[in-house]
Amino acid sequence: MPICLLLGDEALAQGAIDAGLSAAYAYPGTPSTEITEYLLRSPESQRGAIHCRWTSNEKTALEAALGASYAGKRAMANMKHVGLNVAADPFVNAAIAGTHGGLIVNVADDPSMHSSQNEQDSRLYADLALVPCIEPNDQQEAYRAPSYAFDLSEKHRIPVLIRLTTRLAHSRATVSVDGTRGQNTLSLPANPRRYILLPAVARDSYDHLVRRQPDFLRESDASPFNGFFDGTDTSVGIIACGIGFNYAQEVFDGDCPHPLLKIGQYPLPELLLSQLLKRCRRILVLEDGYPYVEGKLRGLPQRKSPLIVGRLTGDLPRTGELSPRLVADALGLASLRTRSPSSAPARRPPALCSGCPHADTFRALTTALASFPEAEGRVFSDIGCYTLGALPPYEAIDTCVEMGASITMARGAADAGVRPVVAVIGDSTFAHSGMTGLLDCVNEQTGITVIIVDNGTVGMTGGQPSAAADRLVSICAGLGVDREHIRVIEPHPNHHNENVAVLKEEILREGLSVIIARRECIQTARRKAPARTSNGGQG
Amino acid sequence: MIRNVVLAGVGGQGLLSIAAVLGEAARGEGLHLKQAEVHGMAQRGGSVQSHVRYGDRPIHSDLIREGTADLILSLEPMEALRYVPFLAPDGALVTSADPVENIPDYPEMAGLRLEIERMADHLLIDANVLAKKAGTLRCANMVMLGAGAPFLGLRESALLGAIEAVFREKGSPIIETNVRAFRLGQEAAESGGSE
Repeated sequence: MPICLLLGDEALAQGAIDAGLSAAYAYPGTPSTEITEYLLRSPESQRGAIHCRWTSNEKTALEAALGASYAGKRAMANMKHVGLNVAADPFVNAAIAGTHGGLIVNVADDPSMHSSQNEQDSRLYADLALVPCIEPNDQQEAYRAPSYAFDLSEKHRIPVLIRLTTRLAHSRATVSVDGTRGQNTLSLPANPRRYILLPAVARDSYDHLVRRQPDFLRESDASPFNGFFDGTDTSVGIIACGIGFNYAQEVFDGDCPHPLLKIGQYPLPELLLSQLLKRCRRILVLEDGYPYVEGKLRGLPQRKSPLIVGRLTGDLPRTGELSPRLVADALGLASLRTRSPSSAPARRPPALCSGCPHADTFRALTTALASFPEAEGRVFSDIGCYTLGALPPYEAIDTCVEMGASITMARGAADAGVRPVVAVIGDSTFAHSGMTGLLDCVNEQTGITVIIVDNGTVGMTGGQPSAAADRLVSICAGLGVDREHIRVIEPHPNHHNENVAVLKEEILREGLSVIIARRECIQTARRKAPARTSNGGQG
Repeated sequence: MIRNVVLAGVGGQGLLSIAAVLGEAARGEGLHLKQAEVHGMAQRGGSVQSHVRYGDRPIHSDLIREGTADLILSLEPMEALRYVPFLAPDGALVTSADPVENIPDYPEMAGLRLEIERMADHLLIDANVLAKKAGTLRCANMVMLGAGAPFLGLRESALLGAIEAVFREKGSPIIETNVRAFRLGQEAAESGGSE
C-alpha cells in the first residue's frame, strides 16, 4: 500500500479520485482550496479523465456537479463553509430531487475564523437538508470518506456532505492509499420526473426523503466512521466528533479510561449513543464548531436525564476551535507547567503585499474622497485581499460582510440618501456575486460608483483564475452600464493624479459609474516571471 | 517517543518549506507524522506558525498541547516569543535574531533579547548574515533549520535528503545553496549562536 504525505484536503481529493470521481467543480475558499488544487494537478485531471474546473461561485459549482450526477457520474462540489450559504439552494433541493451518480458536497469549516468572517457549522446544513454528513477525524479517514460517501449517495440517491475543519484540511499526515474504482458510465435517471420539483412531485419526493431518515440512522449506527470504545472510568463519558476524537486520545496518550463515542457520521447513531448513556450519567461533548450535538442531547431539565456538558455549560469555550489544552482542562486533567513572556507580543495582522495594486487604488480613492469633506461618504467593500484595505495605513473601506454585498449594500445606502457612495469589489468577487447587484443598479440608475479592483486572479486563496478575466468591460456594458462611464484605470503610483481625477469625476456624477482598476496581482506576476537562479528557500 | 516542534515566522519567510523538509525527513525515516499549517488570510505578512509532530508511534492530535513543545524554531525573534506557552519545561527556543518590523508597534530589540534570554535553553542566530553568505537572503529559513537540527532528533542525512527532495524541482544550484545555508546554521548552533 503506497504511503503518501497529504493534507486533509489532499487526502480527500485523492480518495475521490480513487473512488471513481468523474467531475468536480469548486470556488476557491480557505480552508477548502487545496482539495481542488490537488485534483487539478492530478494526472487524471491533466489527461481529461476527470473534468475539474473552478467555477464562478459555489452555487454554479454544486449545480454543475448535480448535472454530472444526473448523467450517472460520480461528482463533487468543493467549498468553504460560507460558500455553502451561496450553494444552499441547490444543496437543500438536490436532497429532494435526489441524485443519480454519487454526489458529494465537500465543505471545509473554519472554526476560530483563521481566514473567514464567521465560524458557522456545516453539520447544521446537512441536518437542514435531511442528508447524512461524514466528518473524518484524520487524514486517513478523509481519504476513505469519498468512496464511502459515493456508495451512500448512490444507495439512497441523496447528496452526502463531507465536513472538514481547518485543522484537518490544513494538516499533513501519512496516508495509505489503496485500490482504485472505475468511473460510472453515462446513464440517465430511470425516473426523470423526480427532477421536476413542481409541488405535486416535490411533495412526493420530500415524503420519500423523510421516510429515508430511519435508514440514515441505521447507516450511522453501522458506520465505520462511528464507534463506541468502552472504558472503566464511568465518572464521565465522552462524545468526540471529528478531530475532537484526536484530542481525547492525545490527552490520555492514546489510552482513554472513559467510555468514548467517536462520531464521524450523522445523523447521530442512536444505538451507539444509548450504549454510552447506559454507562455514564455525565457526558462531555467535544466538537469543533457549534455545540450541535450537545444542543441535540440537552433535553428539558429532568432529574433523571444525563448531564450533558460542553460548550453550552462553560466546560469548553462557546466559540473558537478545540485544542488539546482545552480538552484536558474540560476533563479536569492536571494542567502542565507553561511559561509566558512578560508581556504579550504585539499583534501582527496580515497586510497587502508591498507593490500591491489594491494599495494604489485605495490611496487614490482616499485622496479623491477627501475632496468631499462636507459629505458623509461611505465605501462599501467585499471579500478578498482588498478587505485588508480596512486596516492602517489605508483605512479606506467601511464594510465587508459577504461575497457581493459591496454593490448591493451601496445601492441600499444610496437609496436611503447617503452621498457619496462607493463600492469596492474584486474581479473574482464581482463574477461570483456582483453582477446581479450591478444589474439592479442599472435598472434604477442608482447613483453609486463601483470600483472593480481587477488584479486578474483570485489573490487571497493563491491565484486561481478569475471567471470574468479580461471581460469586465463587456460584462458591465452588457448589463447596461453606460459605456462612457465604464472607466479603466491602472492603479500605479505613476498614475496617481490622473486616477484621482477619474475617481473624483465619476463620484461627483449622479448616475451609475464603474471604474475598473486593472493591474495584475504582484504575486501572480511573480509566479509567471521566469524563475531566477537565486530564488532559494521559498518552495 | 514523539517530537513536538513549533515553527514560527512571518508570512513570506519560507516557513512552510521548513515544514515540508521536516515532514519529508520524518517520512523518510519511516516515522509517524502530523504537521498543521496556516494558509490563506493568515499569511500576507502576518504571523504564521506550523505544528510539526513526529515519532515512532501514532500521533493523535494535529496540534501540540501547550507545555509540550521540544523546540520552538522561529524565523523572527518576536514571533518566537508568541509561542513560548507551548514550550515544555526542558524545551529549546532557537530563533533568528533578525526582526521583521512591518508593524508600527514593534518592540525594542534589546527588550526582545532579554525576554528570549530569560528562556531556559535558547539560541539566537544571525540568520540573514549567514543566508547571504550561503548565497541569498531567501535561504535564511534553511539556516534556521540547520540551527535547529541538534534539537530535532532526526539524522543529518535524513534532513539533507529531505532538502534535496523538497527543492529538487528547482534544480541543483538551489539545492546546493540551501544545503550550504543548512550547514552554516548548524555551525552557528554549535558555536552557541550570536552574541
